[in-house]
Amino acid sequence: MDFPILTAIIATPAAGAVLVLLLSNRRPEWVRLITLFTGVVTAGLTIWTLVAFKTSDGDFQFTSMHPWISAWGISWHLGIDGISLFLVVLSAVLFPLVLAGVDPHHDHKRYYAWMLLLEAGLLGAFLSLDLFLFFVFFEIVLVPMYFLIGGWGYDNRVYAATKFFVFTMFGSAFMLVATIATAFLAKSNGVGHVTFDLVEISQKANFAAGTGRWLFFAFAIAFAVKVPLFPLHTWLPDAHTQAPTGGSVILASVMLKLGTYGLLRFGVFLFPEAARWGKPLLVTLAVIGILWGAIAATMQKDLKRLVAYSSVAHLGFIVLGVFAITQQSITGGVLQMINHGVSTGALFLLVGMIYERRHTREIAKLRGIQKVAPVFAAAFMIVMLSSIGVPGLNGFVGEYLILIGSFLTTRWWVVAGTAGVILAALYLLWAYQRVFHGEPDEDNKSFAELKWKEGALLLPFIAAIVFCGVYPKPMLDRIEPSVNALIEHVHDKTGYTPPEPVVVHVAGATG
Amino acid sequence: MITFVWLIPALPLLGFLLILLFGRKLGEPRAGYLASSMCGAAFLVAVGVFIDLLSKGGDDRQHVVKVWTWLPVGSLHVDLAFLADPLSITMCLFVTGVGTLIHLYSIGYMHGDPNFSKFFLYLNLFILSMVVLVLGENLVVTFVGWEGVGTCSYLLVAFWHDREFAAVAGKKAFVTNRVGDWGFMIAMFLAFQATGTLSYLGINHLAESHSIVRSTATGIAMMLFIGACGKSAQLPLYIWLPDAMAGPTPVSALIHAATMVTAGVFLMVRMSPVLHEAYTWAPMIIAIVGAATALFAATIALAQNDIKRVLAYSTVSQLGYMFLAVGSGAYVAAIFHMITHAFFKALLFLGSGSVIHGMHDEQDMRKMGALRKLMPITAATFIVGWLAIAGVPPFSGFWSKDEILLYALAKYPPLYVIGLITAILTAYYMTRQVILVFYGKAKWEDAHEEHGAHGDMRPHESPPLMVLPLVALAGLAIIAGVIQLPFNHNTQFLEKWLAPATEFAQRNIGHSWADDNKYVLMAIAIVASLAGIYVAVVVYGKHKVKAVEPEILAEGWYYDQAVSAFMGGPGRAGFDGVAWADSHIIDGAVNGAGEIVREAATGGRTVQSGNMRNYAAALGVGVVVLLGWFVIVRGVV
Repeated sequence: MDFPILTAIIATPAAGAVLVLLLSNRRPEWVRLITLFTGVVTAGLTIWTLVAFKTSDGDFQFTSMHPWISAWGISWHLGIDGISLFLVVLSAVLFPLVLAGVDPHHDHKRYYAWMLLLEAGLLGAFLSLDLFLFFVFFEIVLVPMYFLIGGWGYDNRVYAATKFFVFTMFGSAFMLVATIATAFLAKSNGVGHVTFDLVEISQKANFAAGTGRWLFFAFAIAFAVKVPLFPLHTWLPDAHTQAPTGGSVILASVMLKLGTYGLLRFGVFLFPEAARWGKPLLVTLAVIGILWGAIAATMQKDLKRLVAYSSVAHLGFIVLGVFAITQQSITGGVLQMINHGVSTGALFLLVGMIYERRHTREIAKLRGIQKVAPVFAAAFMIVMLSSIGVPGLNGFVGEYLILIGSFLTTRWWVVAGTAGVILAALYLLWAYQRVFHGEPDEDNKSFAELKWKEGALLLPFIAAIVFCGVYPKPMLDRIEPSVNALIEHVHDKTGYTPPEPVVVHVAGATG
Repeated sequence: MITFVWLIPALPLLGFLLILLFGRKLGEPRAGYLASSMCGAAFLVAVGVFIDLLSKGGDDRQHVVKVWTWLPVGSLHVDLAFLADPLSITMCLFVTGVGTLIHLYSIGYMHGDPNFSKFFLYLNLFILSMVVLVLGENLVVTFVGWEGVGTCSYLLVAFWHDREFAAVAGKKAFVTNRVGDWGFMIAMFLAFQATGTLSYLGINHLAESHSIVRSTATGIAMMLFIGACGKSAQLPLYIWLPDAMAGPTPVSALIHAATMVTAGVFLMVRMSPVLHEAYTWAPMIIAIVGAATALFAATIALAQNDIKRVLAYSTVSQLGYMFLAVGSGAYVAAIFHMITHAFFKALLFLGSGSVIHGMHDEQDMRKMGALRKLMPITAATFIVGWLAIAGVPPFSGFWSKDEILLYALAKYPPLYVIGLITAILTAYYMTRQVILVFYGKAKWEDAHEEHGAHGDMRPHESPPLMVLPLVALAGLAIIAGVIQLPFNHNTQFLEKWLAPATEFAQRNIGHSWADDNKYVLMAIAIVASLAGIYVAVVVYGKHKVKAVEPEILAEGWYYDQAVSAFMGGPGRAGFDGVAWADSHIIDGAVNGAGEIVREAATGGRTVQSGNMRNYAAALGVGVVVLLGWFVIVRGVV
């Protein structure tokens, strides 16, 4: 590959952020133009990557490798595979939409600069194949998000931003130590020299069970905070509720996926033995999270908090799939990362639109909106049904693959976790009923119908919701080879083969 | 023609999309005609496929049409594919056929509604989901339709969403159904684990060759039955159906009587080989639940005063019969009753809609009476429906109910008795309804006088568009019995036709002593239904005996209230407890830890300190300690 496309994907928004900061405050239209331009160019680059991506190849593609700190074996090593592909595309497509569609209301220049830096950090984290590089991007992401919540959030933003920062830093401390320890321990466990290269370590290193488990555990804590996994989730409702709409969308759609992606890449891939050892604990916490998050969501009085808790439940499904370690469960988990990103992102946009109109997100103060704004209600309905997991829409496909795959290895956890499907209908439909049904009172009578611009913003989300639900094959075709490679890797390291169904279907009974 | 089976779902899909895009422009009544013609066209395609299948031999009557590969991951391979076989096409015929009639009826019924085209949008989406459900080649495609009809039911029950009760009823229907869906999903997971496939032909083929372990087959069957209990409103999950009557009446007729609620029965028949492979207690449980539901709901119907609620409980009760049939191994009888029930119950619901329409939205039967003179066609057709459901020969309901009872007697004699008692009660409460609505004294005249000045408040016959479907359905309700007459093997057309789907599970039943005495059983059934009618006439027609309508029956044995009380009481308290624990215990621990750090730092600070710094310092210390631990204890260099 001649053109370093992945480097360009990270560099474009980073350069955009710098450029925006250099611009004069008196030229707001230029700030906006450059922001959108960089956003669109980055999205274009990722889409080009998607098109050029070799479908049946499970390996890392478009890799680029440049030594950075050679003494420690740290390098600028980027690569993309089926597991990261759609996360990268989702991030890059989401940013320009959010940047164009959601108004921060004040300090546009700094807001745009932080957002672009956030984008660069997220894309960098998904593309890094070097432990140290990943850590750097993982941490870079924190800073803009902290300032976005603190600077453009709502009343209790400082508390929420601090809580978010401290929580994540708590996890990051573990990860920093584990990153350094992994690199140095790998040297004496098969690699032979100090390196932070993810691919090299995972291939060559053979950690003793005790060592690998401790390292895995440290990584897992960092990612569990990010996911967030029960009981480390309480920063999320505060951060979501207080973040500006744009921040919430990015936080839910992309940033949480750093956690699940990390568990897959730096948990299962890097420490297969330890991941299998940690499975009982992690799937248990995941299932508790599914039920706990859903129950807590039911009782929320604030729409945004409700959606935040629903994320805890949904991400629980993904963690379940990741650690059940079967083809279907991990493929479903990867797919569900995207699906959750699309539906929950859209839900936050819609809640944001409600707030713009009514200056409240309190369920009790909203009523009868469907009567005055039927199109708005219909958009909310479609996104909600996707989030509930109604088949034909995207949410079902991921959830279903996760559950049917996990059932092969963690039957009783799935039996319990599937109950989350009932609860999802309960909390969302109950909220919908209270907000949209009934006769609108005085305050809600003038609720404005969906505007063209808002509709245009939501349309790509709804299109993705329907497309992925009806025809997920193009995505599955690209995700599955990498998942197979991952499972193959786990097999090589631990001898583990995921259980297959008992009787393999013999075709021929069909007419 | 058979390769065009995909047109059956494609046409209502097209209707849905067209109304979605141009619904407002089309407006009333064109949106209604468009939707009706799409449903009608789907019916014609179904007829074409039906004829095509008829011309083939028994084994060639299963044809799979793949549209595209849907979920291919590893050994899991799910196609978006349709299975055209006698069972699915039979379902398609009556779903689209009855559906078309109800579409037409709705054009009249929904006249003047501000959301006229949206109603037809949902109706077409419903037909689409329902035919996907029945045509699915595998459990997952059926599940798409299954959830789809549930969603449409939700949208249509809550169609008049500004009414609080309708909104709550819609939500209740969806959530209760989801409890059943949990069972359906677990059943699919089990089936996949045990067979590696989710296709009906594949699973049933394995079941027929006894390749599925008995305990697994039992697990699959019972989990599917949980799903069926939700969708088909059986004990203990029936509670959503009576409330679902808050939707417009055509919806009640189409979804909550003729089609969607029968999906659970269809699913059990579709998977009958697996049920056959299960432990014998599995079908017994199904039969017991069915019989219990039939009796339970019939007792409640005795004391209802809302014209639609009587029919709702009656539907629950009749569905109970179908499950009694399934549990007794009489799959053909279950489908037979499903078909006749679709005709006469849709007829009764549409008739009640016509009455409600004519009575200016009055649903209380105590305010009706003597309507037969003012609404002659509605009355005549309703009476046909009444005779059919009451089990009077030669109307269709008699034949299908009789067949179920025969099989029940052969397998579980006590359940036969329950079925017979239910038959008496059915005849009784339906006669009560007919008398209260169409005979006796005109109670609406009092109300009419009160409203005097408001012009024409007199009940009136409905417009032709509404009456026509009534006549068509009445015709079907009369003659539908001919598809499966019990006289000899040659008159049992349905049984021969459905053989590819039901033969395996049903052939082991063999000839029973009940068969030998079938004419005696017929006579008993006739006596039972006439007895029910007679008593009702004595009580409500001649007023010789005072009517007994105890409060406990009117309130449905207080079951619904008990469920609500539990959900609103301990259930809600439990949920609140979780929310409280989340913010006080889990988050409390977090804030507590933060507080400790703050306190400690405040105590120790010398120059100045924001919180962030303290935390950062603590983190720094932590990193050093951990690094130290790795270096010293674990020997990392």
